[in-house]
Amino acid sequence: MPPNAPRSRTALFVTCLNDTLFPGTGRAAVTLLRRLGVEVDFPAAQSCCGQMHFNTGYRRETARLARHFVDTFADYEEIVVPSASCAGMPAESYPLAAEAAGDPGLAREVAELAPRVVELTEYLTDRLGVEQVGAYFPHRVTYHPTCHSLRATGLGERPHRLLRAVAGIDYVELPAQEECCGFGGTFSVKNPAVSGAMNGDKARHVLETGASVLAAVDNSCLMNIGGRLTRDGHPVRTLHLVEILARTERDGPLPGLPVVEAVR
Amino acid sequence: MSRSFLGWPAFPQASEREVGNRQLRENVRRATHTIRGKRAVLAAERPDWEQLRDSAAAIKDQVLAGLEEHLLRVEEKVTAAGGTVHWARDAAEANRIVTDLVRATGEREIVKVKSMLTEEIGLDAALEAAGINARETDLAATIVQLGDDLPSHVVVPALHRNRTEIREIFAREMGRHGRPAPEGLTDDPAELAEAARLHLREKFLGAKVAVSGANFVVAETGTLVVVESEGNGRMCLTLADTLISVVGIEKTVPTWQDLEVFLQLLARNATGERMAPYTSTWTGTVDGDGPRDFHLVLVDNGRTRALADPVGRQALRCIRCGACMNTCPVYERTGGHAYGSVYPGPIGAILNPLLKGVDDSQTASLPYASTLCGACNEVCPVRIRFTDVLLDLRAQVADGGQHPVERAALGAVGAVMERPAAWKAAVKGAGLVGPLLPGRTRLPGPLGGWTENRALPDVPRESFRSWWKRNEGERA
Ligand code: SF4
Repeated sequence: MPPNAPRSRTALFVTCLNDTLFPGTGRAAVTLLRRLGVEVDFPAAQSCCGQMHFNTGYRRETARLARHFVDTFADYEEIVVPSASCAGMPAESYPLAAEAAGDPGLAREVAELAPRVVELTEYLTDRLGVEQVGAYFPHRVTYHPTCHSLRATGLGERPHRLLRAVAGIDYVELPAQEECCGFGGTFSVKNPAVSGAMNGDKARHVLETGASVLAAVDNSCLMNIGGRLTRDGHPVRTLHLVEILARTERDGPLPGLPVVEAVR
Repeated sequence: MSRSFLGWPAFPQASEREVGNRQLRENVRRATHTIRGKRAVLAAERPDWEQLRDSAAAIKDQVLAGLEEHLLRVEEKVTAAGGTVHWARDAAEANRIVTDLVRATGEREIVKVKSMLTEEIGLDAALEAAGINARETDLAATIVQLGDDLPSHVVVPALHRNRTEIREIFAREMGRHGRPAPEGLTDDPAELAEAARLHLREKFLGAKVAVSGANFVVAETGTLVVVESEGNGRMCLTLADTLISVVGIEKTVPTWQDLEVFLQLLARNATGERMAPYTSTWTGTVDGDGPRDFHLVLVDNGRTRALADPVGRQALRCIRCGACMNTCPVYERTGGHAYGSVYPGPIGAILNPLLKGVDDSQTASLPYASTLCGACNEVCPVRIRFTDVLLDLRAQVADGGQHPVERAALGAVGAVMERPAAWKAAVKGAGLVGPLLPGRTRLPGPLGGWTENRALPDVPRESFRSWWKRNEGERA
């Protein structure tokens, strides 16, 4: 095997936020994918997709990160991403970044690579064709469809279906779930007052469900809502969807969480 | 003296003030949720809803692509029908034209049909400076005018007011501008409407000059169209001797067949009605019926600037239905004044920078007044892709050097991220976030606002890549 050849056809792009602050999400993705028979690789050269740069207006800087992304993942047939907003970057934003940088070569490589980059939930339901992933999670869970997953990726009912198929789960719908949590990346830093007001309403809706876990497919939004819940002293845990799907009967209940009677 | 948005603070500062006003937040939340719900029901009952939106967007794009030709046609047809067409490059020119036209009639008090363009150019203040008192006749516009307030919504300019506040304004102000409010006025909506009706009737019957905008101008016949709910527009348009219509150059539609598409979309989106109660159309002047003197003032005021922007020009498709602001989670918390313009909400966040440029801190802050949640994309009847335009405008702001410190910081982070070794080192020592996070509950500097409302997550002891390396080492 040549030294640079990938060890498998599927790569995990864990995202910079998960790598540093939410490594449990990356570990869960590896665990779940392997359980489903996918040999997943982690190319260590990967870093950041450049979403924050792009969304703040820095397109040429994004192009540099796009170049790095393309070089890192060019040899993989599929690139799985546990974040809807980061998964959308290559298809939605890299072409514009390449244009701003005046780099048609990059634009061509991006066009070739982007269709192979897929958000994890969609990978499970559409590429692997599974909804029942053998998960066990005996806790009350609610789910926030993040804006990108809802409107740009168009995940629709997929995450809800995956959650309802989890053994032991008590899944409750989140009121006003389609409303933005107020994160918006740079928005929450530039407009903290408005962001805080939106976030507060979202946290209130989470509490109305009585759930002990709030799930989503973007840890950035969960960090936003979870940060509010923690500051206000509420013990609701935030977990990426895959961290629920990765757990099985052998793992038992998640320590520290109230266990619900089987409601299936 | 009428208030204006001149010198308004940038969005973060202006919105912080508004967010803190609980009464305002409750008023705006209630009003937007009500219209949102009504609109959703009416949109869902049309099986061809998405096709209507496609057609509307396509017609507007066609108009914008040949704007000059359509406008010349309007001029030709309006003139042939007995009207006079004037061209105004900017607000000052438009105001001067209207002021001169009113002066020529010798009238000192005139009536107005609600028009966002006349708010945009500050016409009332210009007329006032010339000793002319222009009275609004739309209910919500009257509330704003009597309260010496500013509009906060394109369809319902007084959306930020509740009926208790409206009662106070009527009781206090009506007498100073004409017929006073009835004794013992309560905040019952029917009573408030009746008070407004009595107060305004005097104005209609006495007025010799009316100023209006227009929702559409049909180029093939030179016909102007005003769509409204209350009938005040119909009164002004028909009772006055002189009618002056001040209209943005983007309001043109080529034919009556095109108009049909917009009339099906506008009321459903704007007020949640199948059709607006009053749709008035007029073409030039007719002997013995309606105004004897008709002037059309076509206004640019930044529109050709917006038209020159390849991504942003789609904002000129806007038909001012207000659906984007009614659905916007940011507008819901801030109300309209935070945007510092008569065009608030998502359309305001893109249209103002496009009309005026991003060279000052107020307009430069607007493209960032969005979480990019995309809710507006889904409701706009002319399919404006707000998120695309917002992102493009942000790139213009960043390129304009408005945020040198931010560019340097993001550039430095980017430089680390594109070099695997440097990024690895950064993650290992949590070098990137480490100095900011451990043991801290507040972030320093410009990031401080974030921690006002949130606790920070703990930095895990082991990064994902360290775990992978350890784990893979065991597997191998
Ligand atoms: S931008 Fe679209 S949704 Fe907003 S007011 Fe204009 S037409 Fe209506």
